[in-house]
Amino acid sequence: MTTELQPLHGNQACALAAVAAGCRFFAGYPITPSSEIAEHMSHELPRVGGVFVQMEDEIGSLAACIGASFGGAKAMTATSGPGFSLMQENLGYAAMTETPCVIVNVMRGGPSTGMPTRPAQGDLMQARWGTHGDHPIIVLTPASVQEIYTETTRAFALSERFRVPVVVLYDQVVAQLLESIEVPPAEQSVAADRPWAAAGNGFQPYAETESLVPPMVRPGEGLRVHTTGLTHAPTGFPTQAPPVADRALKRLLEKIEKHRDVIDKSDAYRCEDAEIVIVACGITARAARRAVATLREEGVKAGLFRPLTMWPFPERAFRAATANARRVLVPELNAGQLILEVERLTAGRRPVAGLNRVDGEPLAPRQISDRVKELARHD
Amino acid sequence: MTEPLAFDIREYLRLELMPHFMCPGCGHGIALRALLWAVHELGIAKDKLAVVSGIGCSGRVGAYIDANTYHTTHGRPLAFATGLALARPDLKVVVITGDGDCLAIGGNHLLHACRRNLDLTCLMFNNEVYGMTGGQVSPTTSATRLTTTTPTGNAEPVFDACRIAEAAGASFVGREVTRQVPALKNLIKSAMSHVGFSFVEVISDCTEIYGRKNDLGEAPEMILHQKADMRPEAFGNVADQPFRPNRLTTGILSQHDLPEYGETYRARAALLRSGEK
Ligand SMILES: Cc1ncc(C[n+]2csc(CCOP(=O)(O)OP(=O)(O)O)c2C)c(N)n1
Ligand code: SF4
Ligand SMILES: [Mg+2]
Repeated sequence: MTTELQPLHGNQACALAAVAAGCRFFAGYPITPSSEIAEHMSHELPRVGGVFVQMEDEIGSLAACIGASFGGAKAMTATSGPGFSLMQENLGYAAMTETPCVIVNVMRGGPSTGMPTRPAQGDLMQARWGTHGDHPIIVLTPASVQEIYTETTRAFALSERFRVPVVVLYDQVVAQLLESIEVPPAEQSVAADRPWAAAGNGFQPYAETESLVPPMVRPGEGLRVHTTGLTHAPTGFPTQAPPVADRALKRLLEKIEKHRDVIDKSDAYRCEDAEIVIVACGITARAARRAVATLREEGVKAGLFRPLTMWPFPERAFRAATANARRVLVPELNAGQLILEVERLTAGRRPVAGLNRVDGEPLAPRQISDRVKELARHD
Repeated sequence: MTEPLAFDIREYLRLELMPHFMCPGCGHGIALRALLWAVHELGIAKDKLAVVSGIGCSGRVGAYIDANTYHTTHGRPLAFATGLALARPDLKVVVITGDGDCLAIGGNHLLHACRRNLDLTCLMFNNEVYGMTGGQVSPTTSATRLTTTTPTGNAEPVFDACRIAEAAGASFVGREVTRQVPALKNLIKSAMSHVGFSFVEVISDCTEIYGRKNDLGEAPEMILHQKADMRPEAFGNVADQPFRPNRLTTGILSQHDLPEYGETYRARAALLRSGEK
């Protein structure tokens, strides 16, 4: 048993986990409340033969990460709302070119400059749909320092394996928490490399494969290919031929759907017999968990469903968790985003209510339990 | 006499992509030839060459090169190249960008790439216009020129990209015209041999859109305009440049021996690691 307990700050855990996962390149631009990640990376990376660079803006930061990833490095950037907005174009480029990269977005109050030092969960939909066009993406939502560690390492594993950008999305409170966590042994954290292509005749960089994830070409080793954000044929070269374009986009989307068993992750707490299921993520999920415990003591059958993979939303587990529920409550630090997905999946089978806070304060357990009781009165 | 092996451009092209997309007489094709000729004479292995380009007609040129080619996003090729060059110092990284790509949307990345002095070569194909999008005004469009967004003639002053690059700290700055292919090839060779950030402005012609709109004649006449305008570096700036006033001083305009960023970073990191042993 080599697991050790260590007190870590959320953003510090993110940086240490990235390095443990094998991240060897970080490019970023300072922004509250994510800057500690960059600061830690600037200390850690030169010690392990990696590179840290502070770029001129967030557009350049993600561009540099993708460039490093072209070269074979596991790469990460970290930012908050305004910077995440600037990254959207290159995020789509990473999705289109299937270049692995990890983007951390520490959510603060928005829109615009908003409340830099206050928590929010207003980027849930942006993280899924922020870049233009239909695109594959994976978004993870840790709720504790421990989970920041494990989800950051998982972000690298997923990004490499499926050649897709992965966003690690957490709020300012979780980012700034100091908690003792179990740091897993290094060999458990390291993410396997993306599938690498071997030179061979007739190689096509975007050919269909069984896994739908084509092996990637490492430059300098004999295969010379073209990488473009233009819609491309299996050859890697641009095309606008409708059947080829159709398949190109559908494969990108299907490669995520096909591997839902590996990508999905969620946590159901006391949902089996729950009459009311709360769906929440991040710091809100922690308040909700406390609320569930209190409600149970008072005899109210409440449960908590918590997506750790927010996108794609773990639909199957959600359906199982809410199968017997009379109602669903979605507390969140925004004006109502996660609730849209919950309503979509619930499809009118049971009432879904929201509980929203946009004043820069987290929801307290009491607010959630009060709301549950208020709803229960209607039953 | 050690004559370099004869240059056959076909060895460096993805011939399966021919015919290419460029309009007849487009200067970008000439610039491509000069680049590949330089690569040939420098003996750079195609496997070790990485060409990172932005968006524009200039950006589309990269795809034809039989190397590791990356067609990135508009204005950002220098930022992508920064990551690639830092992660893979064994690769020779060349950026191909346009005047709009490099000086408008990508202007900030240019400034900081110059300042950082990472070992990269940036070739800016300057045709004074946004070619790909149909001929809108760019930061280098000469005064009074007609473009699709300056129907009464351009009233905005131009950027001198070389002076910007030099002021921002680029350790190598040069300019050459596509009219002089051997001179352009030699300048690109010098830039690629230079250790640090090298910036080369390649004076190119957009024949189909810019030339036609401004009645500058067919491609051969536009090339002759380059001759009328250009002044080798030794002559300094002179006033009688009818087509691109005061902006065609050619040759190596400045070169300094400055610490290369990647080397400096790696040396410091090594020192840090040895101190901790
Ligand atoms: C973010 C973004 N904005 C606008 C465009 C449209 N666009 C494509 S190429 C281009 C201008 C290219 O001009 P230049 O860099 O001078 O290249 P040229 O075509 O002249 O070689 C523009 C504005 C784009 N692709 N992306
Ligand atoms: S539009 Fe202009 S720049 Fe583009 S290929 Fe044609 S001539 Fe060249
Ligand atoms: Mg142009």
